[in-house]
Amino acid sequence: MAEPMKIRATMAGDTADIKVLMNHPMETGQRKDAKTGQLVPAHYITEVTATINGAAVLKAGMGGGVSKNPYLGFKVKGAKAGDKVSVSWVDNTGDKRTDETTVG
Amino acid sequence: MKKALLGLVAIGLAGGMSGAIAAPEQDRQEFVNYYTKKYPNVKLDDYVYGALAFDADSKAQYDAIMEFPPFEGELEKGRKMLDTPFNNGKKYADCFPNGGKNIAGNYPYFDDKAGKVVTLHDAINACRVANGEEAYKVSDMKTMGLLSTALRAQSDGMLMNIKVEGAGANAAYEAGKKAFFSRKGQLNFACATCHVQNAGVRLRSELISPAVGHAVHWPVFRGGDNLVTLQNRYEGCYKQVRAVPPAQGSADMNNLEYFHSYLSNGLPMKANVFRK
Amino acid sequence: MNALRRNVLKGATGAGAVAVAVAAGLITPTRVLAGAPRSAFEAKNLADAMKGMGLPPATDSKDITIKAPDIAENGAVVPVEVTSSIAGTSAIAIIAEKNNTPLVADFEFSGGAQGYVSTRIKMGSTALVRAIVTAGGKTYQAAKEVKVTIGGCGG
Repeated sequence: MAEPMKIRATMAGDTADIKVLMNHPMETGQRKDAKTGQLVPAHYITEVTATINGAAVLKAGMGGGVSKNPYLGFKVKGAKAGDKVSVSWVDNTGDKRTDETTVG
Repeated sequence: MKKALLGLVAIGLAGGMSGAIAAPEQDRQEFVNYYTKKYPNVKLDDYVYGALAFDADSKAQYDAIMEFPPFEGELEKGRKMLDTPFNNGKKYADCFPNGGKNIAGNYPYFDDKAGKVVTLHDAINACRVANGEEAYKVSDMKTMGLLSTALRAQSDGMLMNIKVEGAGANAAYEAGKKAFFSRKGQLNFACATCHVQNAGVRLRSELISPAVGHAVHWPVFRGGDNLVTLQNRYEGCYKQVRAVPPAQGSADMNNLEYFHSYLSNGLPMKANVFRK
Repeated sequence: MNALRRNVLKGATGAGAVAVAVAAGLITPTRVLAGAPRSAFEAKNLADAMKGMGLPPATDSKDITIKAPDIAENGAVVPVEVTSSIAGTSAIAIIAEKNNTPLVADFEFSGGAQGYVSTRIKMGSTALVRAIVTAGGKTYQAAKEVKVTIGGCGG
């Protein structure tokens, strides 16, 4: 089971500042294990979607070039304190995870 | 500059022999004066950022990463260990003053009864043993590493407050100082060779950090979530100059940490930081 | 349709497969809301990545700001922040030119999301980090060089 994400959402003026930290190894499939010399199989998030009160605000595609434990920061104008932020990811193995928070 | 440098080396040698009571504070002042004279534009408070204090581009990356550090998940594992009661129902918080909050700046301290330096790691193990648990290996990052990281995080911002009082404490301090200044390894480097004489200078691609401000910002998470404790780093330093490192948790390492920590007295703890 | 397209592209490589898929009517060369197809993430160079995303060559724009280090502390974690002040910015793609697969991530904005994204990327060597912005059906770009040195000491 994938570990939960951490999501922070705060208002700055009329814009919600949303920061997400995902817990994922982001293996490119091109890295060799230092001990065994074998290629570490690719294991990375391919898609991230974010909604506010159910409406899509961000859709991201990712490759193995995003750092381990991916960080994503974005800004949504017109959001309000108390709005529900939901973020989901899917990885190349089909694993997925959705977490939520409210704009503070 | 050369004069100041020679002055410091002289202290290193003379200090090892004299061991006067006021020596630690004099040493610290001398270190601070040396660095601040050499780098008048770097504020002493910024020494807690290590080499980053000397390079705005690196510091900006640090700030961007610390905004939401990739090691949050690791830190959480440590917090869980810290909050999990022992089999007897007691917790780590019961072993430490103030429930383990704002205490890390008091470590290491010299235990007169035991006649030795006690690091935070030693105190954690003493707590475990007193509660019927087995001691952790101090070099094991998955147990002691994460646990001590979480404990230190509760002292973020506390001012380093190392005390060197009494003959035993002074002897341990002097032993640590001697280790810091004596040359070792195939490269014949002392800790001071890099972190005093060449602090703020680039060694190939690496900007070298000053010894003042070092001890407050460990452990670090390298490259994202790879935990490295202070004595872990000492071991790395020994190996980099091709010397055989003393064991982590040994009197040699602990004395070095004692001296090294004293140099950061008065600076705020910066527990759990990102480093490249 | 999305899954079907991916199946079609699976196992095939690069622009050729895209062309076949286009010919088969499975995808159109213009950008669709579903974001960049996976093939773009497998492209081995900038040109193929652009083709994979179905984007025309981009024009340089001073209205795109890339905040990235001059010298990366660690190539495994390079903070990159892209802000586009171009009106109607609907997508930002981040490309690290010399990476084995240059397209790192692409972001599509809707429902009030601003033309801004902050993330951390891996870089194998010194290279231009390129931000490709889609706004009002047009494509813009900006680039910033990030030096990557081999480190591992530091403290």
